[in-house]
Amino acid sequence: MTIEEQQQAIIDDFSVYTDWMDKYTYLIELGNELPGIDATFKTDDNLIRGCQSRVWFHQKLEDGKILFEAESDALIVKGLVALLLKVYSGRTPAEILGSEPHFIEEIGLRQHLSPTRSNGLMAMVKQIKLYALAYQQLSTKS
Amino acid sequence: MSFNLQEIRKDFPILDQSVNGRPWVYFDNAATAQRPRVVIEKMDEFSLLTNANIHRGTHAHAIRTTEAYEASRDRVKEFLHAENREEIIFTSGTTASINLVARSFSEKFLAEGDEIIVTEMEHHANIVPWQMACARQKAHLRVIPFSDAGDLQLELLEGLLSSRTKLIAVAHVSNTLGTINPVKEIIAKAHEQGIPVLIDGAQSVPHLAVDVQDLDCDFYVFSGHKIYGPTGIGVLYGKKVWLEAMPPFLGGGEMIDRVTFEKTTYNELPHKFEAGTPHYVGAIALGTAIDYLNRIGLEAAAKQEHELLVYATQRMKELGNVRIFGESANKTGVICFEIDEIHPFDLGTLLDQLGIAVRTGRLCADPVMDHFGVSAMTRASFSFYNSREEVDQFISALKRIRSMF
Repeated sequence: MTIEEQQQAIIDDFSVYTDWMDKYTYLIELGNELPGIDATFKTDDNLIRGCQSRVWFHQKLEDGKILFEAESDALIVKGLVALLLKVYSGRTPAEILGSEPHFIEEIGLRQHLSPTRSNGLMAMVKQIKLYALAYQQLSTKS
Repeated sequence: MSFNLQEIRKDFPILDQSVNGRPWVYFDNAATAQRPRVVIEKMDEFSLLTNANIHRGTHAHAIRTTEAYEASRDRVKEFLHAENREEIIFTSGTTASINLVARSFSEKFLAEGDEIIVTEMEHHANIVPWQMACARQKAHLRVIPFSDAGDLQLELLEGLLSSRTKLIAVAHVSNTLGTINPVKEIIAKAHEQGIPVLIDGAQSVPHLAVDVQDLDCDFYVFSGHKIYGPTGIGVLYGKKVWLEAMPPFLGGGEMIDRVTFEKTTYNELPHKFEAGTPHYVGAIALGTAIDYLNRIGLEAAAKQEHELLVYATQRMKELGNVRIFGESANKTGVICFEIDEIHPFDLGTLLDQLGIAVRTGRLCADPVMDHFGVSAMTRASFSFYNSREEVDQFISALKRIRSMF
């Protein structure tokens, strides 16, 4: 599945929930299902601080693809993190840099990504892009 | 005036609306209080019909704004029961008031090796300015801890006081625990050793009658927007003897007596500390807010808020698996809590979906978070315009939310 196809799949998944409560219940479920980040990576260095919630974030490069691992202490945020990982983990830097997470707006959760929400999510998207850019520059040099 | 909730709510047009399809319940009053219509109208009046810079002109509008601004100072003086009107300085808010004292007082009276005492339950606004002052003067910050119930451990104050103590800064009411601190006792103890005390009144003035002469505090600070007034306006009360001894904070217009390039002499109090054009519309409307609160009656307001506190606390405890942070016998209508260990961000997000506004996060009080070993809290805070029915809606919402996890 391409990034685009994955985003569409998520939009389709959410389209069955017309009630906000079902939508959030589904997000909480996704949050609960997301495996936690390895304890050795749950360090202050890997922490994206927000006043409202915290996100831990770790990544590595394998066969030219970036694998992301992340977790949050808030379940709704963790659910959103799970969605972002579905879309962005296991992609090449070029794929990541060539797309925007428009699905968030389309499933009606845009408010969680606005820069005024200090829940760490916005910072996480920024980090994903920054790592992609860094790995891309690294690979063009070598 | 008798307390008629239905009539009072009509004074606050903002309360009558829906959020996310439900009647809006505003339980974030400790962050900012809503403004009654009279305050909004006063602000409009001084934008639409009367406007001129104060203290400068000879024309009609300048005279009107100046008179209204100075009349508001008198209102604040009476509200705090201060002895002199020039002891009332208008600032932009509590934070600005504390920073003014931390900068100006410390410059003159704080030296290397000296100490300032704060408490573990302070808002960051009553910690950071003192830390900055201590860093500038190579002084040290000492801290009075609080018990798990949320009361200051005053028995430890004696041990903290020394000849090096130059000031104590303490909240009258905690913004997280709601505890009403025994400030009069603290002030008496400090004064035995000649140490001045600053009281952060941001969370107390909407709920308690304050008499700065009876308390005998040296400084008392608060914000307009927490007592149903505008944002961007606040008050510093300081005893004349201190304000006269302290150097000016900001330099500029209004605060001077005579300026030459060789030497400038400063204006008298209170103008010495009010450099530049102040937020005079805000100051004038703050006077209106004080009048409004006096009409409601602080005692009637506090009674209603206390009833809501008792009712909400009892109903929350009935839910089971609820942890309340701060259970002092002496507290205002503030409840910081946790339910089923649901993360405050999740709780706040879902409460908002159900039309209820609460505060979540670290509440500008990291040391309180650290005390209880949590990363964040959820806070419900009441005003006299809140009702038991709103508490019921809140309890139903909590039940519904916990079933989602």
